[in-house]
Amino acid sequence: MQIQSMFFKKRASEKLDDAILQGNMKRAKGKFVDGRAKAVAEFGVWEEVRTHAAKVRDRALANLDAYLVEFERNAVRRGAVVHWAEDAEEACAIIAGIAAKNGVRKVTKSKSMVSEEVNLNERLEAAGVQVVETDLGEYILQLAHEPPSHIVAPAVHKSKEQVAELFVRAHGKPRLTEIPAMTREAREALRDHFLTADMGISGSNFVIAETGTTLTVTNEGNADMVTTLPRIHVVITGIEKVIGTLEDFATLIRLLPRSAIGQSITNYLTLTTGVKMPGDTDGPEQMHIVLVDAGRTKLVGSDLQEMLRCIRCGACMNHCPVYQNVGGHAYGWVYPGPMGSILTPVYVGLENAGDLPNAATFCGECAVACPVKIPLPDLMRKLREQQFDRKLRPWSERMVIAAWGFTATRPALYALLSRIGARVARWMGGSEGLIHWLPGIDGWTKGRDMPAPSGRTFREMYRQKRSGASHGR
Amino acid sequence: MGARENILARIRKAQGRAGAAPTEAEMAAVREAIARHEVGPQPPFAHAPDRLAQFAKECDRTGTTLATVASERDVPAEVARYLAANGLERSLAGWGAFAGLDWAGAGIAFHNRPAAADDRTGLTGCFCAIAETGTVLLLSSPAAPKVTALLPETHVCVVRKERLLDTMEDSFALLRREVGDPPRAVFYVSGPSRTADIEQTIVIGAHGPYRVHVILI
Repeated sequence: MQIQSMFFKKRASEKLDDAILQGNMKRAKGKFVDGRAKAVAEFGVWEEVRTHAAKVRDRALANLDAYLVEFERNAVRRGAVVHWAEDAEEACAIIAGIAAKNGVRKVTKSKSMVSEEVNLNERLEAAGVQVVETDLGEYILQLAHEPPSHIVAPAVHKSKEQVAELFVRAHGKPRLTEIPAMTREAREALRDHFLTADMGISGSNFVIAETGTTLTVTNEGNADMVTTLPRIHVVITGIEKVIGTLEDFATLIRLLPRSAIGQSITNYLTLTTGVKMPGDTDGPEQMHIVLVDAGRTKLVGSDLQEMLRCIRCGACMNHCPVYQNVGGHAYGWVYPGPMGSILTPVYVGLENAGDLPNAATFCGECAVACPVKIPLPDLMRKLREQQFDRKLRPWSERMVIAAWGFTATRPALYALLSRIGARVARWMGGSEGLIHWLPGIDGWTKGRDMPAPSGRTFREMYRQKRSGASHGR
Repeated sequence: MGARENILARIRKAQGRAGAAPTEAEMAAVREAIARHEVGPQPPFAHAPDRLAQFAKECDRTGTTLATVASERDVPAEVARYLAANGLERSLAGWGAFAGLDWAGAGIAFHNRPAAADDRTGLTGCFCAIAETGTVLLLSSPAAPKVTALLPETHVCVVRKERLLDTMEDSFALLRREVGDPPRAVFYVSGPSRTADIEQTIVIGAHGPYRVHVILI
């Protein structure tokens, strides 16, 4: 996907004015947030499992190279071919090469965010391969020529009327009004593709070192078609997805669907290990696993390494007041919301995504919702510090922060300036006690008033209270 | 150097380990950690006093219907009842393990082969079932084609009561004990196929079966 994150402010403003999107986002918010809350409440040991999940993710990440080598050894033992890709270009070249070598004409795909990262569809289509997205949401977006706006519910920004319109154009059938009928029509349209594809491409939510296993998690069953029916199965996934054991998977899968949509388990979970075995009547003859770096090793060993624990549940964006209002497209790349505000700057460059670590109120909801305890606001703050150090923020903003830093470390100066500031702000508030305009941040005051302070600083009031208390003794 | 060597070397450098690839001692430590198969905390309802009741409750939640019969001989009659109750044709593709039952006596045409795209009902057994989540677990093998549980609109699954376990971890332990390495596909089915991709409205029957019916023996 082409990076558009540098236009965050402009796109966010457009999304706020988009009445259809606002309606769609509002509807989705309730379902995701309430669904998760209910699932967590009846679970009983949520915090204990979160703690354990963070531990098992950290255990593999702390020795990432050894876990990857162990995974590779076991996957190869079962007949899979393991490929390593440094970047998007290499990942695409590997998969396009497999397709060319095997005369592949049609590919069915189940949802993979890594494939969105590397622009895989575009690359395969340029090589003359037909690519069919089979997750219903991704299928809708492929028809609309749009990128996903959410990592779990990619078409969350679309209304059923918009989907109906796309289906009329794609299927050439009468316009539908009911969602079950639309789903049925998509099922029928996609069935033929499942049965005739030469190659299936899936992601893998985790890869398991112990057994060389990759896996898919879906409610639709599309991943099972994609990984079972074609003669070639290609898995594309990130190097950070490795975990140790099947038991580690059991822990993580208790958290993933509950955090995503409040479901205790998805309808289908499939562990796929290697190729078709002797005598098997179904399954692929070739299995290729492409392990992609594309920026991940920049996080390894850094003060942002905790981000690699991410299990892509989407809870952080579902709970983010910024995401809830602007939707995923405003973020301008594959990963929206708080997790994207960390991954995007690291993967595509802080200079291309400068607004993202700042597109947060720091309310902390994302860190509370995260099933693997990633301290998302802390990591965003670290990126803000990097922006300051690398002079990537506007001169005026850096001057203000530098001035603040200078003053805050000199108590006498701080006391003097805050006394003056408090009195000026009170004067600005006038008789109604509201400030309508502030110099330098008029964007903030355009839509709201700031209540004026009382005119005295905390330290003044505290001193008075203390002296009052000692008089009374 | 290739991508593999570069990636491994970058990881090691970033995490302060010398050399370009993991040492034998490091690999041994990883294998040792894996061999412990540490089980994490599990929710209280995963070890319900009445395992069957927990399984039934979760099946209800995911949309799997449940029937109990006394012995395997009674399976064809239950399948006939289920197909009639749902207005489905009395024909199915099933796993060979069930070919010897008296299907003709129940008025059902049994096809001993993997399901094809136009089969309306598929009949499978399972490796085990899991009460915590109302799940049946299928292992792929020559005798157990996965497509039979996937392509038809109706999936009927036969489960022996003694194969009902508490948790997914229990299923892994049983897998290691009875089979060893996982087969190509380890397939956890918890209710019929569904989607909520249009307006977060749940619709049953996205790509897989519309109906999952479990027959407990």
